[in-house]
Amino acid sequence: MTNITLPQPVRLLSPWGWTLFIGLLLMVGVLVPVLNLYLPVAHPLHMSDFAVSLIGKIMCFAICALAMDLIWGYTGILSLGHGLFFALGGYAMGMYLMRQIGTDGNYTSELPDFMVFLDWKVLPWHWYFSDSFIATLLLVVLAPGLLALVFGYFAFRSRIKGVYFSIITQAMTFAFMLLFFRNETGFGGNNGFTDFKRILGTPIATPNMRMLLFVLTGACLLGCYLGARWLIQSKYGRVLQAIRDAESRVMFSGYSPLPYKLSIWVISAVMCGIAGALYVPQVGIINPSEMSPANSIEIAIWAAVGGRATLIGPIVGAFMVNGAKSWLTVVAPEYWLYVLGALFIAVTLYMPQGVVGLLVSLKQRLQAGKGESS
Amino acid sequence: MKAIVWFWVGCVFSLGCSAVHALTPQQVQDIVTGETDARIESLQKALAQPDAQTALFLQALADDTVVIAGEQTVILRDGKGFDPASGKEVAVPANAESVVSNNRMRGEIDSALAALQLLSPDDTVRMKAAQALVSEPDPSKKVLLDKAIAAEKNPSISQLLLLAQAAIDITSTDAKVRMAAAKALGNSKTPNTQLLLNQQMTQETDPAVRAQMGASLAEIKSALAWGERLGALFTGLSLGSILLLVALGLAITYGLMGVINMAHGELMMVGAYATYVVQAFFRQHMGPAFDYYLVVALPMAFLSAALVGALLERTVLRHLYGRPLETLLATWGISLILMQTVRTVFGAQNVAVENPSWMSGGMQVLVNLSLPWNRLLIIVFALLVLAGVALLISQTRLGLFVRGVTQNRAMASCMGVNTARIDTYAFALGSGIAGLAGCALSQIGNVGPDLGQGYIVDAFMVVVLGGVGQLAGTVYAALGLGVLNKLLEGWTGAVLAKIAVLVLIIIFIQKRPQGLFAMKGRSAEA
Repeated sequence: MTNITLPQPVRLLSPWGWTLFIGLLLMVGVLVPVLNLYLPVAHPLHMSDFAVSLIGKIMCFAICALAMDLIWGYTGILSLGHGLFFALGGYAMGMYLMRQIGTDGNYTSELPDFMVFLDWKVLPWHWYFSDSFIATLLLVVLAPGLLALVFGYFAFRSRIKGVYFSIITQAMTFAFMLLFFRNETGFGGNNGFTDFKRILGTPIATPNMRMLLFVLTGACLLGCYLGARWLIQSKYGRVLQAIRDAESRVMFSGYSPLPYKLSIWVISAVMCGIAGALYVPQVGIINPSEMSPANSIEIAIWAAVGGRATLIGPIVGAFMVNGAKSWLTVVAPEYWLYVLGALFIAVTLYMPQGVVGLLVSLKQRLQAGKGESS
Repeated sequence: MKAIVWFWVGCVFSLGCSAVHALTPQQVQDIVTGETDARIESLQKALAQPDAQTALFLQALADDTVVIAGEQTVILRDGKGFDPASGKEVAVPANAESVVSNNRMRGEIDSALAALQLLSPDDTVRMKAAQALVSEPDPSKKVLLDKAIAAEKNPSISQLLLLAQAAIDITSTDAKVRMAAAKALGNSKTPNTQLLLNQQMTQETDPAVRAQMGASLAEIKSALAWGERLGALFTGLSLGSILLLVALGLAITYGLMGVINMAHGELMMVGAYATYVVQAFFRQHMGPAFDYYLVVALPMAFLSAALVGALLERTVLRHLYGRPLETLLATWGISLILMQTVRTVFGAQNVAVENPSWMSGGMQVLVNLSLPWNRLLIIVFALLVLAGVALLISQTRLGLFVRGVTQNRAMASCMGVNTARIDTYAFALGSGIAGLAGCALSQIGNVGPDLGQGYIVDAFMVVVLGGVGQLAGTVYAALGLGVLNKLLEGWTGAVLAKIAVLVLIIIFIQKRPQGLFAMKGRSAEA
């Protein structure tokens, strides 16, 4: 009788990994707040408000990149609709923030300003529960989740794969963008939502609130990372990777790929929605241009630059690309698109494994070299 | 001196023609001096019995070449003075001042001049004047109009004049006159009449007249319905032909070669800018030949886009065959670089590409259906390009090789086909067709760095809907989507129509992932 060696259960993180993880958690939750809030501005270690809001923003993007990695890096499905899920989460949060303005708007009306401007007298139906924070949190998860569920069910059921899937997700994003640009849709048209005043009754533009949002985002990013790692190391994650590498063989082995693909697609969409909901109160604006096809493709490049199919890669990639963007658009704005374009080409041509993949393979080569020499 | 001239003019007038010669010195005086209201009234009176001098005088007033000194009015022409009423040459008084007319007076003078053309000896001028009066009825011209009707010999102009009269009568205070006018207007089946009747309908109090207006309106509506339907069909076909041009290149690069070229729109932009450069060159250096710049611009647009395409294939895409998702990202990067390059070279603003004069204007098919030449020509052009591509793929050696490489790369290579070179040629061909599409687009819209972005989603939809791998599907999909889009537009508005079409395509692809015309047999697996 032959022995079948089953894969050993893997630890979620190595001791080193846990140390690093807790270190990062402490940094986000303790160090940054202290550096920003309690050190005087003149102190050399003081962290500026600009840096806090920038890193907070990039952490939201990193959650998106992580979500993209789950669906693209591990399941092999390139979605060009993640910008839409991000924006939907953002819009759900934006609606709540608009209601929180109350009568402090320019028109001192109970209704959001843009509705007064359009001469609407009552709230449209899709705004009914927007004054409840709990309902908003539900909506942040449900809006992208349900859309992904319905869209994904039909797409995966008819076995739409590869580029076809990418293109129809792009068409969906494009259609939603057009829809949200209309004033009649009831989401503020071109201008979207802005001018937020409060969240949960407390003013939104204070240093403390900014720091709270920053810490929440950081915790959320680390939590997402841990969750993703757990998913990927589970049997479920192995099936996902098997689907990526040889879908027909998975089917012949008796698995139906549909529930696997659909569930990871919905999880990924919901992660993006949460990122969007964290993003909007930090930047203070959401409008339909967040849904433009370009944004969705950019999420893919964050994941690709950092390294697909490595969980830490997309986070690194999001920080690298967005850090470079915020630096270059200040220093030499006309060159940013050249750099971004070149990045797309260079990564796909020369670094299909991304930065992290490159480091890993270097390390492996180094170790192999050691092994040979000893 | 002045008195003598006056006397002399008066003599000529009383001797010459008291009844026929309408413009009297007194009227001239009343028109150029006094309160605006009074001046306008005098103008209308003078207009009731016009002659050649009236027209000259009014023209001079409109041109600001009338001067006044005390009671004498003089028209200046070629440095000499002329008397408005008699047309005789007179001396220009030293203390003459220009006649000042405010905007209202000017408007009256202009419309009076226009109305005077009703009496012009030239048929076409009269026709134009009558048409103008039909589209903008003016009750103050009624007297003149009656005169013109009495004098008119040409039956078609006469009909128009009667119509103009009806358009004026419809505002009459007499219900009977309005009734007759409403009936008469029913014979004029133009959008203008429809508008006029609709306006009057809201103010009409007499139920009988209202009923007649409704009947006339219904009559006009049914006559115009065909024009509207054909108009919607034509704009649909026009959009379809543009989509076809845009998608044809993609049908080759994506459909035959499997390359997801997100930079396709930017290759169109390259073609459009090439057209712009040629056009600017012709305007600068070849003034008289400007109308023929397209003869040079078309090959230039093709070649420049094909060159960029060949370069891309050699440097980037070559390394990515068989990895469609990576191709998508790389070509997106290329599109960003191309856009930014154009912004750097030509500026971020749109540039204007002027149509050759023979492309402006249109063909009037029905009263409310005019087909612009540039759109008609683009439909023809799209069909020509389609025929060219079809012939190239099915009849030439290059086409044979392209098909061979598409169907079985290894086998084609074994037979001695240089597959790498064929790839470059095929991609350059697809890109060149994108350039032609860009050249066509430059004739109907703005040329700017974002030109391609607006079409890329649509183009992919056409190719995906039509089915990958052959041209017939692309043609049906492009024309079908164009017409469907425009028909829905009339019903739901532009944005919702576009969304509806996208949703329909997404649903359709669920049902038939292979597109309308699936490849059958072994090649479907590839």
